[in-house]
Amino acid sequence: MTATRGAGKAAAARPAGSRASADRLARLLNLVPYLLARPGIEIAQAAADLGVTERQLREDLELLWVCGLPGYGPGDLIDMAFDGDRVTITYDAGIDRPLRLTPDEALALVVALRMLAETPGMANRDAIERALAKIENAAGDLVGSAVAVRLPGDAERLDLLRGAVQRRRALRITYYTAARDETTERTVDPLRVLMVAGRAYLEAWCRRAEAVRLFRADRIDALTELDEPAMAPPEAQLHDVTAGVFRPTPELPLVTLRVGRGGRWITEYYPCEEVRPGPGDEWTVAMRVTDLTWARRFVLGLGPDVTVISPPELVEAVRAEAAAALDAYAVPQPATPEPTG
Amino acid sequence: MACTTLCRGRCRAADTASVGAVSRTRTERLVNLVICLLSTRRFLTAAQIAATVPGYDHDPDDPRDHEAFQRKFERDKAELRELGVPLETGTASVFDTEPGYRIARREYALPDIPLEPDEAAAVGIAARLWRHAGLAAAASSGLAKLRAAGVDVDPHATLGVEPVVTVDPAFAPLTGAARERRTVSFDYRVPERDAPGTRRLQPWGVVCWRGRWYVVGHDLDRDAVRCFRLSRIVGAVRVTGRPGSFPPPPAGVDLISHVARWSGPVERTGRATVLVRSGRAAGLRRWADECTAGPDGDRLILRYADPESLAASLVGYGADVRVLAPPELREAVIQRLKEIAAGHEAPAAGALR
Repeated sequence: MTATRGAGKAAAARPAGSRASADRLARLLNLVPYLLARPGIEIAQAAADLGVTERQLREDLELLWVCGLPGYGPGDLIDMAFDGDRVTITYDAGIDRPLRLTPDEALALVVALRMLAETPGMANRDAIERALAKIENAAGDLVGSAVAVRLPGDAERLDLLRGAVQRRRALRITYYTAARDETTERTVDPLRVLMVAGRAYLEAWCRRAEAVRLFRADRIDALTELDEPAMAPPEAQLHDVTAGVFRPTPELPLVTLRVGRGGRWITEYYPCEEVRPGPGDEWTVAMRVTDLTWARRFVLGLGPDVTVISPPELVEAVRAEAAAALDAYAVPQPATPEPTG
Repeated sequence: MACTTLCRGRCRAADTASVGAVSRTRTERLVNLVICLLSTRRFLTAAQIAATVPGYDHDPDDPRDHEAFQRKFERDKAELRELGVPLETGTASVFDTEPGYRIARREYALPDIPLEPDEAAAVGIAARLWRHAGLAAAASSGLAKLRAAGVDVDPHATLGVEPVVTVDPAFAPLTGAARERRTVSFDYRVPERDAPGTRRLQPWGVVCWRGRWYVVGHDLDRDAVRCFRLSRIVGAVRVTGRPGSFPPPPAGVDLISHVARWSGPVERTGRATVLVRSGRAAGLRRWADECTAGPDGDRLILRYADPESLAASLVGYGADVRVLAPPELREAVIQRLKEIAAGHEAPAAGALR
């Protein structure tokens, strides 16, 4: 790497500038074959398609126009004909095909297509598999067996949900809410079906909550497609699930737990605010929970491996619930008609 | 575009005043270099290239000028290679001592990919799935090449189900190492252990199973096939081996089966009867075999595989659920409840009772 003007800033500025110039070179090498395949395309349409401004595209064309084969005479340079706002390449100087895919490009496309092909309940699976075969073929050995994808799921259930989204019908669902341990009936207006971290969700406007909700497909216990059309109000905003489905917010109660070795797995399954080793073999784990009643069931279910440190009302709730359950076992057992068969 | 309409002489100096003039000259030089090397069958030496391609003109007899040219040419070659341009090196004849360069069209050009409109739509959707910045950029530049090859991609197509694809930071180095068959080592943290341990692996491939990523390969220390969860890898993956440093994985190896081996369906042979307060423990009712209403609550019949894990989930429902049978399940639940109650017995709370 050589020194550039302005020594101080050069080091920081260089990679970004170099990146931009590499991006531009890649774009230019694509541009000739792109236009060659679309004679007489409107410049505005090409710019929109390529994700650049019209001005940038015109600058790119201007640059290509002075490039060409050695000799660099009028018959050697890339040539194009303009007709109003339309452009046609009339001489390509030999760059009539785009560059082949890099290993990273092939990987990104093939893995994403495999994800699509593996996603249960996907429409038009046949097209995905045909596309995958063709891209894999073009990618040659670049991806091969290095990445495999399997996303098991209830395809039939997802087919139903996807159908409702596509037909734009409202749904009547029986839904189990783990946070409150209750099953409710709701009418929802479906928006989309998602797969996040291997789980399927229906995102819909819930008329009962009057908000957009993510419903886990495996907790929808019953489902009826209604005759009425889905009518999510305009304020219905899709969730950004990039960082996961449950994203704790600072308003939620913070719970601190002391977790023994056997309970440490919870730090991989639930978003935690803090995980600190100690005291001793135990870890101190802070996490936000949607409500303390859920936290009580959660802690009781984890058993003796987990002890609540704070808040005090959760300590007391866990103790009181365990004591009440024990009291029930202390009274004589009700007569059980022992199930047979 | 005043230049194109007015100046048929193609005045390359026309926009030297513009901000991007320096990088423009450089980009122009690189485009010309690619065109030149694609058009030649003969290997061209650096000197021949300098004499041909605009932008390399210099005085070869002036050591400083010549050195500047060499640096410039090295940088340009590096940039082309980084972009994936297959730059071949060789000599035009046995009498040549200096290496020459050319680009084989067969290696350069994207093969024809005749995608039907529905297939192109699927590729377009796939390219939008990535939430990881690096892979998202790679997917979109790959898609740009397909478009350049004449494929039209409908940007509004959907397939009804949107998978959200995320990967762990170790994904890129491990797929690269698997592809090139290079040995890696990394620090691996298992929650049950106190400190991460260093593992050495010949990676065979990376697997996504139920939304989590794993690497499968031959563990050099255990001398056996092992899989590792990418989210448990701490810090950077170190690529230690040279390309091709281990033999390809056994023919027909199914990477998924190594990860999914422990996830098969469990046989629920146990049968428990529990008493549930009416209207409570909805989560338990969902997977009960039978539910019979009675005066003191509802009796549920539950099938289970492992009494300890059933006990754990029953304890979660607290006083809403009472085990009636079998006795060992009842005892397991009582034992857990006693330990939990003892663990949460604060002195102050005790005094209040």
